[in-house]
Amino acid sequence: MTTTEKPQEFKVVGTRPIRHDGIDKVLGRAVYGSDVRLAGMIYGAVLRSPYAHAKITKIDTSKAEAMPGVFAVMSGKDMPLVASGALDLGETVDDTAFTSDRVMAHDKVVFKGHPVAAVAAIDQNTGLEALKLIEVEYEVLKPVISLEDAMAPGAVVIHEGLIGDDLGEKVNNTNIAVHNRSEFGDPEAAFAKSATVLERTFIISRAHQGYIEPHASTAFWAPDGKITVWTTTQAPFGVRKTVSALLEQPLSDIKVIPTEIGGGFGGKIPVYLEPVAAVLSKKAGRPVKITMDRRAVFEASGPGPGGTIKVKMGVDDKGKITAATADIRYGAGAYPGASINPATAGIFACYEVPNVRIDSYDVVINMSKTAAYRAPGTPQATFASETLVGELCEIIGMSPMDFHLLNVSREGTRRPDGPVFPRIGNEACLEAIQGSEHFKSTLEPSTESKLRGRGMASGYWNGIGNKSSVTINVNEDGLVSLIEGNPDIGGTRTTIAMQAAEILGLPAEDVHPAVGDTDSIGYSDLTAGSRTTYATGTAAIEAAKMVIDEMKKRVAMIWETEYGNIEHVDGLFVSKVAPDHKFTFKEAAGKLGQTGGPVAMTGTVNVRGSGGGSFGTHLVDVEVDRDTGKVEILRYTAAQDAGKAVHPSYVEGQFQGGAVQGIGWALNEEYYTSDDGVMVNSTFLDYRMPTSLDVPMIETIIVEVANTNHPFGVRGIGETSIVPPAPAVANALANAIGVRLYQTPMNPGRILEALATKKTGK
Amino acid sequence: MTQTPEQSVRKVSVQCTLNGQPTEFLAAPYLSLLEVLRETLGLTGTKEGCNDGNCGACTVNVDGRIVDSCLMLGAEAEGKTIETIEGVAPAGGLHPLQQAFLEEAALQCGICTPGFLVSAKALLEREPDADEPRIRLWLAGNLCRCTGYDKIIRAVEKARDEMK
Repeated sequence: MTTTEKPQEFKVVGTRPIRHDGIDKVLGRAVYGSDVRLAGMIYGAVLRSPYAHAKITKIDTSKAEAMPGVFAVMSGKDMPLVASGALDLGETVDDTAFTSDRVMAHDKVVFKGHPVAAVAAIDQNTGLEALKLIEVEYEVLKPVISLEDAMAPGAVVIHEGLIGDDLGEKVNNTNIAVHNRSEFGDPEAAFAKSATVLERTFIISRAHQGYIEPHASTAFWAPDGKITVWTTTQAPFGVRKTVSALLEQPLSDIKVIPTEIGGGFGGKIPVYLEPVAAVLSKKAGRPVKITMDRRAVFEASGPGPGGTIKVKMGVDDKGKITAATADIRYGAGAYPGASINPATAGIFACYEVPNVRIDSYDVVINMSKTAAYRAPGTPQATFASETLVGELCEIIGMSPMDFHLLNVSREGTRRPDGPVFPRIGNEACLEAIQGSEHFKSTLEPSTESKLRGRGMASGYWNGIGNKSSVTINVNEDGLVSLIEGNPDIGGTRTTIAMQAAEILGLPAEDVHPAVGDTDSIGYSDLTAGSRTTYATGTAAIEAAKMVIDEMKKRVAMIWETEYGNIEHVDGLFVSKVAPDHKFTFKEAAGKLGQTGGPVAMTGTVNVRGSGGGSFGTHLVDVEVDRDTGKVEILRYTAAQDAGKAVHPSYVEGQFQGGAVQGIGWALNEEYYTSDDGVMVNSTFLDYRMPTSLDVPMIETIIVEVANTNHPFGVRGIGETSIVPPAPAVANALANAIGVRLYQTPMNPGRILEALATKKTGK
Repeated sequence: MTQTPEQSVRKVSVQCTLNGQPTEFLAAPYLSLLEVLRETLGLTGTKEGCNDGNCGACTVNVDGRIVDSCLMLGAEAEGKTIETIEGVAPAGGLHPLQQAFLEEAALQCGICTPGFLVSAKALLEREPDADEPRIRLWLAGNLCRCTGYDKIIRAVEKARDEMK
């Protein structure tokens, strides 16, 4: 572990307690989305479009309605299209009309898998049989699948109502929802004066988050108008807002109960099934549960966008960056919203770039709408920039580590899209890798059949702060319960509870955390943007401070002294005026009944600015089989700035998990799509995610450069780790095989092609 | 008037041993063991991730072999001895694998955890000395998207050492 400054002293933060919800999860008792079982519950099933682009000319549900065991059937007419408006989901803003149309098609289907109707039946199989009885007639339209087709003049326009924003100007009849530009200085003039300039175009595949738990939602629409939703989501308050907007029901009539969540990575922010289950429930008068099957998860929920990224970089004769430009084009899927802004923020964030221009395009195509996927938009853009840097280093004969250190962004550096960096750990991560045993080790030389190479890359994710609430209740035995509003995807109940425990002077085990529903905890933004441990942790610290403050008042009352005479030191309440007066937290808690009753405090925060920004540097050794093109990851080290690691095991886990997801994107994962817009590899057999056999142990180095925006120095760390892997692997592959790949996935076929090209010199 | 699929076929009566208890259930012959466990018997610890035998979230132990319960019919359970995640822990305690998963932070979201535990338990019962490559091979049928497998492998190694 690298520590770059004198750390604060902690008793709980930085330790590794067993997570509070762990016991239920190893016993199989934890209730996830599809584990919800309610009295009288029936099962929903969704009919999805077989076409990527078509007009719906007729829907006849009468036969399905007449089938025994069927309680309700619905289609677009039962969930009218709502007016356009802003749907602020905390990290992103969607349009209500587009969301309404996405959840249940109205006049047109715009992606394969688009819901067109749904049924609720006595059991799952009856529901699936009933779907076969729904008659839908389509007028098939030409699908727009590639970015080139979508952006070409005279392209088939997917949404007639879409008004594009081209650098602030409104454009009609377009598939280009947004064209943004971020620039300063004069890149052209700087390129002209550069010693070396390199430009390359990269293609990166659309990739799915691949959470193992499919989407699952249950809803009950009671006769009094109250709607209760049980759902696996990263954003219970976002679900409340979306259901309210789409069904045009009062926000406060909707209660969202988040279940345990089996992975999300950004993909469980959007609403898919909740409004459909609610409408079916209203018709049937029973709770309705809908679970997506895996094929629908791939086809109809949002992966991260694929796209084309052109990058150009110039350097002087010392290797110092003179200018950089980028042209980022992402396929948003059937509705606007590809993550182009974080791509712009991240693409050159690791460097000081004096002259820069970044153009970005959010382009609508006939595939499912993309969603956030761990550091949204940034792994794609960084694959381009960091692979280009790798090649540039080869050309100018400089080691990538020296290049990074020479051009490193630091506190005070202007990020290419505008903001000036606060204190950041970019350089500290590079130095941590430079000092690692892995970096100092010698790679075994290649043999005739095994080609070996080493590569590195850095990456950045800013993270968000935003709104959170935490309530702490003091029990009479001196333990406390803590309620927060963020679904726990990877141990955040514990990392939030640990921060409260630190202030309260209690062991982590004495704080009992729970995730509340939208009626039982104050508003909390989503579990996303690397914000939960950081921002909700800050709310927990606030609540804990309020508890201590109130208990000091109670203790003062008992000791018949002034509040100002009471101190809380090392977990003890002590009197400045009577040194023999001491209460433990438990003793003080036992006396609350005599001093005014219960203590329950809610801390709320709206953390301005980012999560502090977390940089990471990854180093990888690969081995390529010359005959088969198969890539073996021999060794992998991930260093990243955590600010202060609250629970180091879970910080390591985020580094390791992100690295392996990134390796999957680099080597195997893609949407293999036919010309008519059908994903032909929509199973886990054909969409090949890494297994335990595909990766080695992932070595981790936790770098701690305190975040000045958090009381304990904590940074949001969940997302950065997926940013460096693809370019690190690309650079290692180039080092191994002596030829560069500019497209993911870098699968055996592409590697063999590259080797063949090298051999023939073509 | 047509019938629902459940009404249109005769259910079969199945007797098996489930988590150590003699168990009898009625199931339509097309229901998978996964559907029977989760819907008929209410044992929702066994998870559905893909329903086509590729993720391992529904892994159960059938007569000492690990099986994706989505690929086996409930009717095929006749006469078999089946263990699910609900049968892994001894009464009032945890199996060493469960304890190791907690101590080593081998779960993040936890949805794949039951499948991993059932698979790993079967491995250690057959091969108490299984080394890292062997553990990785054995667990390759269980997908985890959160952990990158590192801490899962370490937890299995820890449990292996403690069970000796």
